[in-house]
Amino acid sequence: MDITGALSADHLKFLADGFWLTLYVAFISIVLSFIIGILLGTLRYAKIPVVSKVVAVLVETIRNMPLLLIIFFTFFALPEVGIKLSVTVAAISALTVFESAMLAEIVRGGLNSVDKGQIEAARSSGLTYIQTLRTIVMPQALRRMVPPIVSQFISLLKDTSLCVIVALPELMHNAQIIYAQNVNYIIPVFIVVALMYFIVNYCLSLIARRLESRQA
Amino acid sequence: MIDFSILINNLDTYLEGFKNTIFASIIGLVGSFIIGVIVAVMRIAPIKPLNWIGTVYVEFIRNIPLLIIAFFFYVGLPAVGVTLSGFVAGTIALSIYTASFIAEAIRAGIQSVPKGQMEAARSSGLTYVQAMRTIILPQAIKIVIPPIGNQFINLVKNSSILGIIAGLDLMYFGDIVSSHTFVTFDVYIFVALFYLVLTIPLSLGVGYLEKRLARNH
Repeated sequence: MDITGALSADHLKFLADGFWLTLYVAFISIVLSFIIGILLGTLRYAKIPVVSKVVAVLVETIRNMPLLLIIFFTFFALPEVGIKLSVTVAAISALTVFESAMLAEIVRGGLNSVDKGQIEAARSSGLTYIQTLRTIVMPQALRRMVPPIVSQFISLLKDTSLCVIVALPELMHNAQIIYAQNVNYIIPVFIVVALMYFIVNYCLSLIARRLESRQA
Repeated sequence: MIDFSILINNLDTYLEGFKNTIFASIIGLVGSFIIGVIVAVMRIAPIKPLNWIGTVYVEFIRNIPLLIIAFFFYVGLPAVGVTLSGFVAGTIALSIYTASFIAEAIRAGIQSVPKGQMEAARSSGLTYVQAMRTIILPQAIKIVIPPIGNQFINLVKNSSILGIIAGLDLMYFGDIVSSHTFVTFDVYIFVALFYLVLTIPLSLGVGYLEKRLARNH
């Protein structure tokens, strides 16, 4: 092992650059997925004939597929049908597709956790269904969704590492470049990279737990 | 349109990968369950140093990517003279990673049994281990089954990382079919279908169990 060589200032800077891209890609993806997830989750919750069923099938299919396959597909298979995306866009698209399905379920769970009596009360006070959802159900559901969404963001941060297969220059990819130079770099680089993920994710998990216990 | 001749002509290759994905998932499930039970017991045992070790394991492993663990076994260990095949390295990594989630599920299940029951069992003369085995665990198991089922579904999906480390699974053989046929789109549609054949029935099963066990409470 060569700890000082593996963790020279240049290498640490390179790893930090990679981690920055990991955080950036994960953040953009979670924001986009949140928007799509709210839409899909609400459509599934609202029990609109046909539409809700179609959304359910879509969400379940995506949720039951490995993310790696979706990333692979977006970058390598879509060009075959004429859709060419840059690495970053492909990575963000793939993560967004997968996370949207995950968040749709969190949104639906949040909506379902609101007592049905409230909907009946709101409807009988003269609100339309849409108004009821927007002003009564959604605000309460959103508060309950926050902890699971933070947990999902942790998964997403970890899963961003799968983008190594499309050579997205994120943390894992940059780590590979460093340890490819010298066998003695491998273990120290792994430890540092693991610690980088750990510190950020552990802090996020503490926040998620804090929020959860405050609601309970 | 999707070209089904790709599936028919390469069925053996697909099935080889499918078989290995199932193997890796089952070995991973057994491995992660064993490690998960040990870690869960460490976390709740009335011995402080064991609690710490259990907590460090769960918190550390849960918060790092599975891929790092897999690379550690596949790329890192050869650097210190231990060489593992992609399949073995990947399966060990899957077991270690999933164990952290299973340990948490088991711990939560055990702790959901009211404390008074342990106290009552102990004061009726049972030892800690007897009370655990005959009173607490049979009740906890019901609560623990659905989350473990969900972890198993994740495990099946996560086993796709074997494809990155030459682990001979569905993803890996998908790659082989794709390089033989020069087709990517259709080849991976079939890979996706093979995964769905495994995961959709599992999700439906877990969903059913969740509803049934929830009714009994």
